[in-house]
Amino acid sequence: MSSNGNGGRAALTAGLARVRRSAYLKRLMWPLLVLAALIVVNIAVTGFDFILPSVNDGRLGGAFVNILRRSAPLLLIALGMTLVIATKGIDLSVGAVYAIGAALACQMIMESGNQSSLGLVLTAVALALAVTALIGAWNGVMVARFGIQPIVATLIFMIAGRGIAQLITGGQIPTVDGSSPYTRLGRGAILTVPVPIVIAVAVLVLLALLTRRTALGMLLESVGGNPEASRLAGIRSKGITVLAYLVCGLCAGLAGLIGSANLASADANNGGLWIELDAILAVVIGGTSLLGGRFFLLGTTVGVAIIGTLDDTIINVGLSSQWQFTAKALVVFAVALLQSARFRAWILGPFTRGPSAEAPPETDEPKEVAAP
Amino acid sequence: MPDIVQMTGIRKDFTGVRALDGVDFTLKAGEIHAVMGENGAGKSTLIKVLTGVHAPDAGRILLDGRPVRFHSPAGAQAAGISTVYQEVNLTDNLSVAENLFAGREPRLGPFINFRAMRRKAKALLDDIGIDLNVAAPLSSYSIAMQQLVAISRAVDIKAKVLILDEPTSSLDRDEVAVLLGVMRRLAAEGVAMVFISHFLDQVYEIADRMTVLRNGRLIGSWDTADLGENALIGHMLGREAAELEQIERVAAAHHVEDETPLAEAKGLGRKGSIAPFDLAIRRGEVVGLAGLLGSGRTETARLLAGADRADAGTLEFDGKRLTGHNPRTAAARGIAFCPENRKTEGLVGDLTVGENMILAMQAARGWARSVPPARRERLVAEFIAKLGIRPADPDMPVKNLSGGNQQKVLLARWLLIEPRLLILDEPTRGIDVGAKADIQRLVAELSAEGMSVLFVSAELDEVTRLSDRIAVLRDRELIDVLETESERTHERIVDTIVARGGHE
Repeated sequence: MSSNGNGGRAALTAGLARVRRSAYLKRLMWPLLVLAALIVVNIAVTGFDFILPSVNDGRLGGAFVNILRRSAPLLLIALGMTLVIATKGIDLSVGAVYAIGAALACQMIMESGNQSSLGLVLTAVALALAVTALIGAWNGVMVARFGIQPIVATLIFMIAGRGIAQLITGGQIPTVDGSSPYTRLGRGAILTVPVPIVIAVAVLVLLALLTRRTALGMLLESVGGNPEASRLAGIRSKGITVLAYLVCGLCAGLAGLIGSANLASADANNGGLWIELDAILAVVIGGTSLLGGRFFLLGTTVGVAIIGTLDDTIINVGLSSQWQFTAKALVVFAVALLQSARFRAWILGPFTRGPSAEAPPETDEPKEVAAP
Repeated sequence: MPDIVQMTGIRKDFTGVRALDGVDFTLKAGEIHAVMGENGAGKSTLIKVLTGVHAPDAGRILLDGRPVRFHSPAGAQAAGISTVYQEVNLTDNLSVAENLFAGREPRLGPFINFRAMRRKAKALLDDIGIDLNVAAPLSSYSIAMQQLVAISRAVDIKAKVLILDEPTSSLDRDEVAVLLGVMRRLAAEGVAMVFISHFLDQVYEIADRMTVLRNGRLIGSWDTADLGENALIGHMLGREAAELEQIERVAAAHHVEDETPLAEAKGLGRKGSIAPFDLAIRRGEVVGLAGLLGSGRTETARLLAGADRADAGTLEFDGKRLTGHNPRTAAARGIAFCPENRKTEGLVGDLTVGENMILAMQAARGWARSVPPARRERLVAEFIAKLGIRPADPDMPVKNLSGGNQQKVLLARWLLIEPRLLILDEPTRGIDVGAKADIQRLVAELSAEGMSVLFVSAELDEVTRLSDRIAVLRDRELIDVLETESERTHERIVDTIVARGGHE
């Protein structure tokens, strides 16, 4: 029995792993379909140039590559946001932290004599990242140690953050010379791939490894899924929560650096404005529940791509830019409905017969009448 | 008596699992009909098909001789089928009267006539024999009282069929008596009732007939008088019912050799939760905690486990005084705690069986040192087999398992870290007889291997059967420890509780 059972069990485990992977794909399916639809619309309107990358001046270009390049800051922030949301939390301060990171680095570089010094740029970047990570950790401590509701705790920095950024810049918009190495963070390319894309993909891979190769992902999902059970299981949930917010702050700071490097300036008032809401949207589109627990970094990435592609689509199909917000709302609305099992059952109901798709065909019994 | 409900050939599948397979069920007017079976036998699914929560994949339902098909619980309710669930399904912050009449308030023109509502509510509750302030918010009453309010509401809706799904699991003895009285009166009025309960004595006391399900199939229906308890358990388990007896022998054969205490509480207490107490747990010993609901059983267990902070006294473990005792340090020392409420305090519903099992071990290692996948797979498979967890699928979300299997997953989580003291708070509550026997046998085996166990249970039989010593609690105070075998009886525990009550 035992050898037989082991063989059977191995086959069973393999089969179940397949089912689980397919469940994961199923979760990704609707966002991917929406993204594909958007791409198809763009190709239909502007031709295959939309999707095919071109190489200009030793740098990848083309409409879609540009979308990805511009979406890199949003992706960074949304990835951090995914971890925070997995803990049952939310971070509203990321837009303001973006502005602080940008302001710190640009101000420091502008004030120094020699803007093309690589050492100076590296110091400025390190300082900005350290400060934004600290802000993230602060948020985490407020939530985990003092039990302040995440939306309240991060609202504080959402409001104060832009003020702090203004204090750093003295109310001016610091600018960086186009020749400074700093701008390469936003405009440069490594092996023809734009630096923002390289950084965003690197962070995605790093976070995926960090959460899925270690036990961090599972413990995050445990803490977000059931905080009390996690505490009683002996998990250091406070430390893990703080870590999630710290990573989120760090990602926001990095996003601010890329954004300001691209513009070669840091606008304390408008840099990363409302980006927290787009980030939350991307997380939700990607299939992570705001109730915490299971999270999907890849889903978030697809969500960001949808949001990024949408802006171009509006222009490409000939709608005026006033349509931007309304169109975005409509697409999000569609994704949310598609992800709702209840909505799918309702809309597909007439075609599938029976409430569950798995149900076998009904027997040929006479149709029963409804209850009086 | 005429048949009110006739279900024939009911089949229901859930993504590949056949929950019900050709089940027939007949309910007569005025009868109390118990549906019996282990967890996962299909009781809940049968009820949910009848009440319109699930649509059957095959089979037909006749209500009063007419075929019906319900698409929602509201449809079933409109047809006269009311349900009272284990968890109270009412609104906490509304008053008792508002809960009783929500959706059908007595009106005065466009306005709700609150005075009439309170009067009618009072009359209804008086009728049933419970005395509540109907204007007070529902949340100001105990879960037991809330349950009775829910039943009163169902009764007043003039149901033809009343389904009671584990209604007594949170009630004390007197409240159960009130409930059973209400049921008898309703039966006399012709209401047909489906009664689901794990308490066999209540089933035998109240049910006219029994239907037994096992693994989604109908085993049979009997008049209560024709089905003895052994035969019933035999039908439910589908195996020899002598298993519970065997455990008794295991426990009886087991003697505690080592007299030095592994854990010793001295004056340990927490204000408002449990008065300071002394309690020692020796190596390889099972210490039972007995007492009524609210006597401080859970609170005692939680203090020892480090789940709550003590504000008085000391706790020594393995000869060392514990400072900064919390769940994490407790686990590191080898103190494991399975809390009373598996769903809210034990398991993480979204995570898989395997993830839930590995959680304590992983927590002890910290996030950076993941349990190697191969080792994890081996351990999880080993414990799934050892504890007989069904389905034996480590990748299934744990929330999809039945109560008994969930409890086993929680136990496995702690057994994985090989604890020295295992604290079990109501590990067998709300689970089926088979899983209960499994868990009791496991406790006996573990203690025989040298593990110390603190066993909390509301069922005195279980406590007396398993424990080497029994601490008796009353009114948040540890009042006595029964040491000798002759003392450890059902009667002696009850006497101790009652006698202490008499003094005060």
